Amino acid sequence: MLKELNSIFAIAFRDLTKFLRDRGRIIATFIFPLIFIGVLGGSLESNIGKSVGYNFLTFTFVGVLGQTLFQSTASGIISLIEDRENDFSQEMFVSPISRYSIILGKILGESMVAFMQVLGILVFGLIIGIPITIPQLISLIPVAIVICLFGGAFGIIVMANLNSQRLANQIFPFILFPQFFLAGVFNPIKDLPPYLYIFSRIAPMTYAVDFVRGVFYRGLPEYDKVVLYSPWVDLLVMSGMFVVFITIGTYLFVKNERNK
Amino acid sequence: MKHVIDVKHLVKQYNNSKERAVDDISFTVNEGEFFSLLGPNGAGKTTTISILTTTLSTTSGEVKIAGYDIDTQSTQIRQNIGVIFQKPSLDQNLTAEENIRLHAVLYGLYPFSPMYSMMPDSYKERVHELAELLDISKDLFKPIKTYSGGMKRKLEIVRSLMHNPKILFLDEPTTGLDPLSRRNLWEYLVDVRKREHTTIFLTTHYLEESENADQIAIINHGKIVMKGTPTEVKAHLVKGYVSIDVKPKDRSAVKAELTKMKVSFVEEEHIRIPVKDGEGARIVQSIKTPLTHLKVHTPSLEDAYLEIVEDTHAERT
Repeated sequence: MLKELNSIFAIAFRDLTKFLRDRGRIIATFIFPLIFIGVLGGSLESNIGKSVGYNFLTFTFVGVLGQTLFQSTASGIISLIEDRENDFSQEMFVSPISRYSIILGKILGESMVAFMQVLGILVFGLIIGIPITIPQLISLIPVAIVICLFGGAFGIIVMANLNSQRLANQIFPFILFPQFFLAGVFNPIKDLPPYLYIFSRIAPMTYAVDFVRGVFYRGLPEYDKVVLYSPWVDLLVMSGMFVVFITIGTYLFVKNERNK
Repeated sequence: MKHVIDVKHLVKQYNNSKERAVDDISFTVNEGEFFSLLGPNGAGKTTTISILTTTLSTTSGEVKIAGYDIDTQSTQIRQNIGVIFQKPSLDQNLTAEENIRLHAVLYGLYPFSPMYSMMPDSYKERVHELAELLDISKDLFKPIKTYSGGMKRKLEIVRSLMHNPKILFLDEPTTGLDPLSRRNLWEYLVDVRKREHTTIFLTTHYLEESENADQIAIINHGKIVMKGTPTEVKAHLVKGYVSIDVKPKDRSAVKAELTKMKVSFVEEEHIRIPVKDGEGARIVQSIKTPLTHLKVHTPSLEDAYLEIVEDTHAERT
């Protein structure tokens, strides 16, 4: 048991160390959110900000926080498919540790990576003048942990169903990209036509983004205009999805891992 | 002697394939032996080694590694084997020490710490021993990407031996190395064997890497087409002949002599006598008719190997 715990931490810290040493990857992971917050959020704020009745830059910023936490952990898990034929991950799969430990270590590691990225985005937010208070920052910590776990579980259910890297690279963007809009990362989704409403409420990212907003905007005048559900509802939905994703995903992954 | 690898009627057919990648192969490897699975690319070597190292399921057949069953006791097997993969299994952005540390923790040798300085003294000693052995003490804390290809391979081997595995699996370990690094690596492996008495299971498409093996199995299109010691394989494979000739007037005399000796021959431009290993000299010595021409032809093991690989190819197409 202790051995498995040690392995989980070793696998997790490997992910974090790899990320921190890879300058190219660090830059790449920041460019995307910066474009969406700075360019998209900034331009929308200037043009339609006044008519929606809340600051669009802040709206996008908070959305991107949730999206980054969710996506970064999810895609980190998916990379296990590629990794298992490359670098140290090959060693992980022939080492005498439980497959569950590999998955847990990977979720933990990718969550730490996502935290680092979000830290960068927060600094950027402060620089461009997003109003963030200390209590807000503190309340974001548990929120971030929940979303990382949720994103990890989503990654596992997707990974368990895609058994080749080529397939994963082709399909994963299609699973993820529409969720940006369905979840309302940078577009308001308070009012949606019925068909979009259904898709929006199926997309797991919706609840992750709404959860961050619910906590961030708590007690602020624009709360009702920005937030879809009470954070407790989001938490409940995410917990339900988490249990389903992680149970079925891990079961399928462990079962099919050697079966090619 | 005990069999540390026992493979019976192993078959592997990938889910999306109509053909069998490994088609009913059986072999055993004794403790301490150096076993070489030799074959061209796509013959089924990596499939076989993946199954033996627990990363791929079987379609049918029975496999026992170090006495443990591959289907039900994979954890025990994993604890008892070391694997050198075809693709490097080191993290490029981590240092040599970090790569070693990860391995040591996964095999339960030491508890994990995120920093080298926090690791137990026994670990530090071990790492420094290994570094000295490889002569990388200076570069121990530098990222792997600064190492040469040969150096990385050696580091992987050292690392895979840390948990004292009973069997070391090497999947085409010299692929991508220059000739000097290749030779270096082999000298190092010979050394390791002398010191640790580890059983070695090698896959390779280089024949010369198999010449020091205790046993060779040649695999092609998923089937083992030949197995035995290198000498046996050679004797079986190599079809040499002696070509002789005499003055035209002596031709019938020499033919009569050969027939009397019960030696088969073919009359072409010269007289060609197929011989097995070492037989040629005896035959030539017993011929009393004076010879005008003598040529001994011995194909190299390489020629012979290529011949059977092409043979089995021709059978299929």
